[in-house]
Amino acid sequence: MEHWSPTTIIDESPPPPSVAVRLARDPKVACAGGFILFLIVLAIAAPLIAPKDPLAQDLLMTTVPPAGFADAAPGFLLGTDGLGRDVLSRVIFGTRVSLTVAFVAAGLACLIGSLLGLLAGFFGHFVDTLISRLVDIWMAFPPVLLSILLVALLGTGLHSVIIAIVVIDWTRFCRVVRTETMGQAQMDYVVAARTIGFARPAILFREILPNVVPVLIALLTLEMGIAVVVEAILSFVGLSVSSDTPTWGGMVAEGRQIVHEAWWVLAAPLVALFATVVAFNQLGDGLARSLDPVLRR
Amino acid sequence: MLLAIVVNRLAMALVTLAGVAVVVFVLLRVVPGDPVAMMISPGAGPADIAALKAHYGLDTPLLTQFWIWIRGVVTGDFGTSITLHVYVTDVLASRLPATIELALLALIVAVIVGGGIAIAGTLMRRTPGEAAIDGLNSILLAVPDFIWALALVLIFAVALPILPLTGRIDPALAQGFATRFYLAESILTGRFAVAANIASHMIMPTLALALPLAAVIVRLLKQSLKEAMTQDYVLLARIKGFRELHLVLHEALRNAVGPTLALTGVQFTFLVGGTVIVERIFAYPGIGNLAIDAVINRDFPLIQGLVLLFGLIFILINIGVDLSVAALNPRLRHG
Repeated sequence: MEHWSPTTIIDESPPPPSVAVRLARDPKVACAGGFILFLIVLAIAAPLIAPKDPLAQDLLMTTVPPAGFADAAPGFLLGTDGLGRDVLSRVIFGTRVSLTVAFVAAGLACLIGSLLGLLAGFFGHFVDTLISRLVDIWMAFPPVLLSILLVALLGTGLHSVIIAIVVIDWTRFCRVVRTETMGQAQMDYVVAARTIGFARPAILFREILPNVVPVLIALLTLEMGIAVVVEAILSFVGLSVSSDTPTWGGMVAEGRQIVHEAWWVLAAPLVALFATVVAFNQLGDGLARSLDPVLRR
Repeated sequence: MLLAIVVNRLAMALVTLAGVAVVVFVLLRVVPGDPVAMMISPGAGPADIAALKAHYGLDTPLLTQFWIWIRGVVTGDFGTSITLHVYVTDVLASRLPATIELALLALIVAVIVGGGIAIAGTLMRRTPGEAAIDGLNSILLAVPDFIWALALVLIFAVALPILPLTGRIDPALAQGFATRFYLAESILTGRFAVAANIASHMIMPTLALALPLAAVIVRLLKQSLKEAMTQDYVLLARIKGFRELHLVLHEALRNAVGPTLALTGVQFTFLVGGTVIVERIFAYPGIGNLAIDAVINRDFPLIQGLVLLFGLIFILINIGVDLSVAALNPRLRHG
């Protein structure tokens, strides 16, 4: 895409439909986006939708199987866990932590990573060397170990989980944005802006940044899926939010302990995790395809 | 020149490792959390605490601590584990073989499964079979090792209870080994019943680590193979009368494998990083599981040693990838 080929100049095909139309027509984007909207509604309206209090224990109704299985009890669609809590309600409330982490952590990682990537790609030389070296060092850490280490040191809680994800995953954005920016900085429109006498920050944020945004949006969506998994892993290890807040990772950890007695305690949050991660991934894939001028052809 | 690449990459690796050492050291000291507070008994007085701190060198200034640690690392002394009370190097040496066996087995499985499906998909190109492979693979590409591991637990614990859920080997069989490479040693010495027991413990963690990598291999290798199949040399071989399978395996594969090899190498570092949580889920006694224990117990010397070990492994894998890509590609050899 850095080079003008003859075909791009004498392209006489009708103008392509607008981005929004193209996105809505893409079945991947429509399905995955629809599912994530559904999750957002679940998270916001959890108290209205969930059939039971997700924290209410009923020690007379422990490990009740889901509806349709022998010994199922009415009112517990997905059964109960080892403390008699309603699995469905806990899965619904679990969307809150997962989505908060997905949006906040991925958003912040995107912000910091792309800013550093823009600086490295645009200024080059010393700035680039410094930032690239930092990325290299970061990439030599096993990400899961680093996140566990950070949360263990910061203390458990949602804040720590978000900080840990941002500290680890900014490199993903930095590397891609740096490469993109380097490509864009060579383009004629940047040279033109320089010639006119635009200040460097103006060129960087008004000229280059908008052209990097499509790649960034796709990457951000993929990162949201990753953030959901990292939160689940930290919950699984017992390092995420306190046990009063239902999380998919925490449920998975409890389910893993009692998998022989009550497989649904593991299965329900695992399916939720799987669906969410796949949805973010398909959305990111579809967005990349629709927004990228090269892939679109 | 290959030698120039090696020297250059080793120099870069040393800088990166030094950076990793500084980052982990600073991280452990700057963020609050006192390892001594974790290990003292409730009745200990201030004098006991001071003595413990002195014993582990935690009472000296930060720069001194760093200097002592780095000097030790360079001479192969990573200090003593605070919780296990043995040399960090000894702990790492006793746990590393389990992780090496697991990671390499997962790599082999990923290459066989991913490569096999990519080749099958290439043979079935422009058929519903290929569409099915693509559709399924685009979903599987999103599934990380953590979800695979738990899905396997669910399958093999509930639906098909034939595999052991935790551990590396039946404790009764874990005797008479000269090395810690249990799987390799039991196969080489012909103790196949023991090898089978180890393998049955390793199936689930191996699959959990291998399947995400296999999905990546399927996508890239199939794409490269399909491109290669449209080239003139494949057409020539087809005119000569070779069969489709021969065309894929003997003509296209050799020319298409380069990008996949490079990507597999990079992804192998992710696989090794994934051992941390996968070993945890299956209580597999490697360095990944050890790392989580070390972090939870705030065993500073052990954490430092483990992070450096992981960093070293990652860097060595990357150098290995660069070298094999260069060795296989004559144009890059002189780059």
